[in-house]
Amino acid sequence: MAGLTGRISTTIKAKVSKLLERAEDPSETLDYSYQKQVEQLQNVKKGIADVVTAKKRLQLQETSLQQQLVKLDTQARQAMSANKEDLARTALERKNVAQTELQSLDTQVKELEEQQQKLTDSEQKLRAKIESFRTKKEVIKAQYSAAEAQVQISEAASGVGEQMADVGLAMQRAVDKTENMRARADAVSELEAAGAFEDITAIGTGEDDIDRQLKQLTNQSAVDDEMAKMKAELGSGAPAASGGELGSGGAPSAGAGSGNGGGEQAEQSA
Amino acid sequence: MIVRIAGEDQFRLEDSEEAHLKELDDAVLQAIERGDEAGFHSSFAALLDFVRASGSRLSDEDLEASDVILPPSDTTLTEATDDFSGEGWLPE
Repeated sequence: MAGLTGRISTTIKAKVSKLLERAEDPSETLDYSYQKQVEQLQNVKKGIADVVTAKKRLQLQETSLQQQLVKLDTQARQAMSANKEDLARTALERKNVAQTELQSLDTQVKELEEQQQKLTDSEQKLRAKIESFRTKKEVIKAQYSAAEAQVQISEAASGVGEQMADVGLAMQRAVDKTENMRARADAVSELEAAGAFEDITAIGTGEDDIDRQLKQLTNQSAVDDEMAKMKAELGSGAPAASGGELGSGGAPSAGAGSGNGGGEQAEQSA
Repeated sequence: MIVRIAGEDQFRLEDSEEAHLKELDDAVLQAIERGDEAGFHSSFAALLDFVRASGSRLSDEDLEASDVILPPSDTTLTEATDDFSGEGWLPE
């Protein structure tokens, strides 16, 4: 059959026949094939362990980001209460970036869970075929003449060989996905290590490099909305801290348009 | 005939179903040649659904080799275009 199915069939069949090349002495082939199958099963187990490790790493990052989120939110509130809007905005910008990152990590963890499930299913299928092959090879050794055994072995080994190629394919895909995620996770770690989500009270008034990088990543209108919400919340609890300042567009680093929008919202809900 | 969906299972189809399988496969190939992403996903899903629905699943212990092997269901158009033809995508 030509087309898509033909192409992948041909590629896998070539791999399978490579696995079966040692077919001169049937009994040797049997044991050799079985040994290869068991090795492959070990590889799959290792592959599953790698995916689990990658997943755990992402989950640790999630926990750490969640802690940063709480911290940044607290700092934004404190800054806002002290009428330091610039500082509050910086904290909220960082919180926004951390939130986006957290959502992305969540998606990646789910994806790795899927990969883990697929590999576990593949492992079970391969294990069943290998067990079946093990039984059959003893029967072949005991009951068939060399010539007949040749045919029987070839058939049985093809079935397992195909499953091995299939598992190999699933492993390759899992490794590719895991590596992509590791690269991303490293990038987040670097941002974190550079202090991107750290204590904003340590920041001076001037913009540093991290600030500029974060600004590009931040959804400014989401930050404006949150600024407004926070003002409203603090405003209702402590009237002295807000009032007329809201309308004066007290967020110098924001775009004027979106800043006003946030202000209006705050006034309505206050 | 026996058809494997990579990453899933093997299915036994009636020989009479081969013609329809080929039609569905041709549709996938045409979508790939056009570079038609949506067309690829819908025709590829139709091909896999046909195999799953009309074939009977082989048991995991079965040692029969497949006549046809279909790529995994999460194959992207890029993978279908580039990687199935060359070496390297399938590990040794």
